[in-house]
Amino acid sequence: MTTLVTDTATVFTRELRPVLRNPFSVIFSMIQPLFFLALFAPLLPSVVGGESALQWFVPGIVVMVCLFGTSTTGANLLFEIQTGSHERMLVTPLRRPTLIIGRALKEIVPMFAQAALIVAATIPFGFDLHLAGAVLGLLLLSVFCVGLGSLSYTLGLASKNQEWLFWAVQQTLLFPLLLLAGMLLPLDGGPGWLQTLAKFNPLTYVVDAERALFNGEVFSSTVVPGIVSAVAVAAIGLLVGVRAMRRSS
Amino acid sequence: MAGINSSVAVMTNAMIRTQGLTRHFTVKKETVEAVRGLDLEVQKGELVALLGPNGAGKSTTLRMLTTLIPPTSGTAQVAGYDVTTSQRQVRNRIGYIGQGNGAGHSQRGRDELISHGRAYGMSRDKARSRAAELIESLDLGAVADRVVSSLSGGQRRRLDIAMGLIHAPELLFLDEPSTGLDPQNRANLLEHIRRLRAEHDTTIVLTTHYLDEADAIAERVIIVDHGKLIADDTPARLKADHAGDRIVLQFDREDDARRAATESLGVVTGADIEQVAGTVTISADGGTHVVPKLMRRLDEAGVTVTSVEVARPTLDDVFLNLTGRSLREDGATTTSSIDQELAA
Repeated sequence: MTTLVTDTATVFTRELRPVLRNPFSVIFSMIQPLFFLALFAPLLPSVVGGESALQWFVPGIVVMVCLFGTSTTGANLLFEIQTGSHERMLVTPLRRPTLIIGRALKEIVPMFAQAALIVAATIPFGFDLHLAGAVLGLLLLSVFCVGLGSLSYTLGLASKNQEWLFWAVQQTLLFPLLLLAGMLLPLDGGPGWLQTLAKFNPLTYVVDAERALFNGEVFSSTVVPGIVSAVAVAAIGLLVGVRAMRRSS
Repeated sequence: MAGINSSVAVMTNAMIRTQGLTRHFTVKKETVEAVRGLDLEVQKGELVALLGPNGAGKSTTLRMLTTLIPPTSGTAQVAGYDVTTSQRQVRNRIGYIGQGNGAGHSQRGRDELISHGRAYGMSRDKARSRAAELIESLDLGAVADRVVSSLSGGQRRRLDIAMGLIHAPELLFLDEPSTGLDPQNRANLLEHIRRLRAEHDTTIVLTTHYLDEADAIAERVIIVDHGKLIADDTPARLKADHAGDRIVLQFDREDDARRAATESLGVVTGADIEQVAGTVTISADGGTHVVPKLMRRLDEAGVTVTSVEVARPTLDDVFLNLTGRSLREDGATTTSSIDQELAA
């Protein structure tokens, strides 16, 4: 007999399989963030926010990789809606919420692999790895990923017969969120209005918390707001995602 | 001892029972009545074709019966359970092969079969062995471990069928199963459906707008038009009731034809007899039985017939008689809907 857990596992495994069969796809969504790492990081002053530029920049890039990969994931569902495999799954006894939860949970796996690749690639250039902090940072990012993935799938469901809508919304939101989170440059020196806008960006708190955690500052005051923000994004994402999936036909 | 077990009361042989099943859609603020008060009963083990032009409400009916969309009003029991209040029970018992491809394009066929089996609560081993069994019987061995997007249309369709059968459902729905297949793959598909019916006694409901397909495969044809049921019987009885055989006689001379028309009156009673120049057309039931008698009578009367043709009625004649429109793909009335389909 199936349960909520076995259904989630079925969806999760199904989603993960193509990734495992073709690991190169994990690298594909990393191309842009890797360019930022290689061609933008060297432009930063040698000390940013009181720490070495690389130490400051790498956690932001890890979040960026999660952002790029996970925000586009709804396109896969959109494609399955168009081909008919989503409909096929809707006729099975799989519980509707698991069709979102299983998918969103899968986003964690490529995120971990990508983060590991980035860290491994930057260590030779002087990035100082604090393993315990980094692992905690990735756990926090996992929570955020689940929420973001869920939102992306919701967008996929909402775009149903209009593929352009998905990409229009995803592209329109991606860069403002990314820039306003101080991912590429610190916002401390920016104008007041920009700093105010950044305060309304949930991603800001996640990025700040990641910087602290990757530096081994597990008890930093920025960690708690990061956790709150990530949990809120996950809760809202799953809520709207489950609602959209229940209405899917 | 009445009422010991109330659930026994609802146990009948009916696999599907609908009452006043209705579905409306709102398109640009206008209400479209896709299905209008459908009363239907399908018994266990039947092979039923829902036949009708595009937009007749076939797919909408199927989508309601498979729990994909709720009815606007009316009720439907499928495999003993209500489609709105007991969705999971219905889903557990039915198989569905939609118009699209069930297998994800970035997946491998075998993987999809196994995860589909898992969705029905099969153990990993059971799902794996069942997948292997279906891969074998649907001749997918060479392609099952390839990415689905690299498969041909026919191979993908066979994979869809395999997926629909993974849990050996007692009731299988197929929505336009042969659309887009070449004649050989179509024949193949029909063979699979027949085998399923013969070997496993599966109840099968399929929609089609191919007349020959409905005629060839279904034991019962339900004709729908504008969301309503307009005829429901075996193909043979539909044709007998709603369209007669047509006997066409050709003569060299017009007065032979005229005499033949008069003589025919004595052989076929109550038939439509029409004579135009050297041609006599007789619409009658049981045309093949009438022709020998007719030939003897004309021979006795000394009228020389140059050629005889007996045309059996088709389901299109039935549809034409019932609605005044043709259902054929090349018929003028259906071209617009085909254009729509191509544009979609």
